[in-house]
Amino acid sequence: MLDDTDRRILRHYQHAPHLGPAELADLAGVTPATCARRLDRMQATGVIRANCAMIDWRALGYEVEVSLRITLDKTQVRAFDEFLEAARNVPEVIEIQTFLGRVDLRLSVIARDMAHYQDLYRRAILTLPHIADIEALMHVARIKSDEVLPV
Amino acid sequence: MIELDTTDRLILRALTEDATQSASAIGRRLGLSQPAAWRRIRKLHDSGVIKAQRLDLDHEKLGFGVTVFLGVKLATKGRVSLEDFERAVSAIPEVQTVEHILGLYDYRLRVVARDISDFERVLRRRIMTLPGVGNVEANVLLSEERRPGPIG
Repeated sequence: MLDDTDRRILRHYQHAPHLGPAELADLAGVTPATCARRLDRMQATGVIRANCAMIDWRALGYEVEVSLRITLDKTQVRAFDEFLEAARNVPEVIEIQTFLGRVDLRLSVIARDMAHYQDLYRRAILTLPHIADIEALMHVARIKSDEVLPV
Repeated sequence: MIELDTTDRLILRALTEDATQSASAIGRRLGLSQPAAWRRIRKLHDSGVIKAQRLDLDHEKLGFGVTVFLGVKLATKGRVSLEDFERAVSAIPEVQTVEHILGLYDYRLRVVARDISDFERVLRRRIMTLPGVGNVEANVLLSEERRPGPIG
């Protein structure tokens, strides 16, 4: 479905998503018209779903980020659905992932400081339904975060 | 740290969904003039609230059917420097993110692969051969939701 030109454009676009079609065309070594046409087609076919702005939560005063690895009580048939529904209502939860493996779910939770985190944890996290076990991992640093696909 | 008003928050929310929108398109949506919208967008960038843009690609359509999170514990021999490990792991194309964490593991890696056997190849040839790797735990990603976060 994608040819080498599409892949070349995507490789450059992933590393510089702020570029417009003309600048991107330069980098990828194609004409601006070709570049615009290829991008349009990749958007229309859903290969490119969106180009999103990423928020630096620290700049907004959220200094703490914690990963919560959660195991659910799977004797409850609706455990996953009810847990997910409730977790979506906690604004400080910025990511929800489900897994096949040693843990069932992971939540990324942000907080202004440790006191705020402690309060959130007791008030909004521990009260989520069907939790059997929670492990908390504290973020120290992001070494690589571009999430580029090796196309 | 910067305080945002309601209009700033609405603009920020709109840009996290589609960062390619022009100031005039955003202004029209929120009832602002083009220059007023432009000034507010500029402020979000200049203050560092918007740190970057990211392409949201359909992994399946690009042939990447598997995403695995690896929890990596370094072997406690004290001979391998964290910098050596970080440099080597960051250079692996299939490793999308590397996070240094405190808790059960030292690092969390997000790894993409074409399928499970391709993942096995990456794990054996690239990850297990990294300097200082001890225990590795794998969790296969089934679903992922990015939430808007506390911006109202």
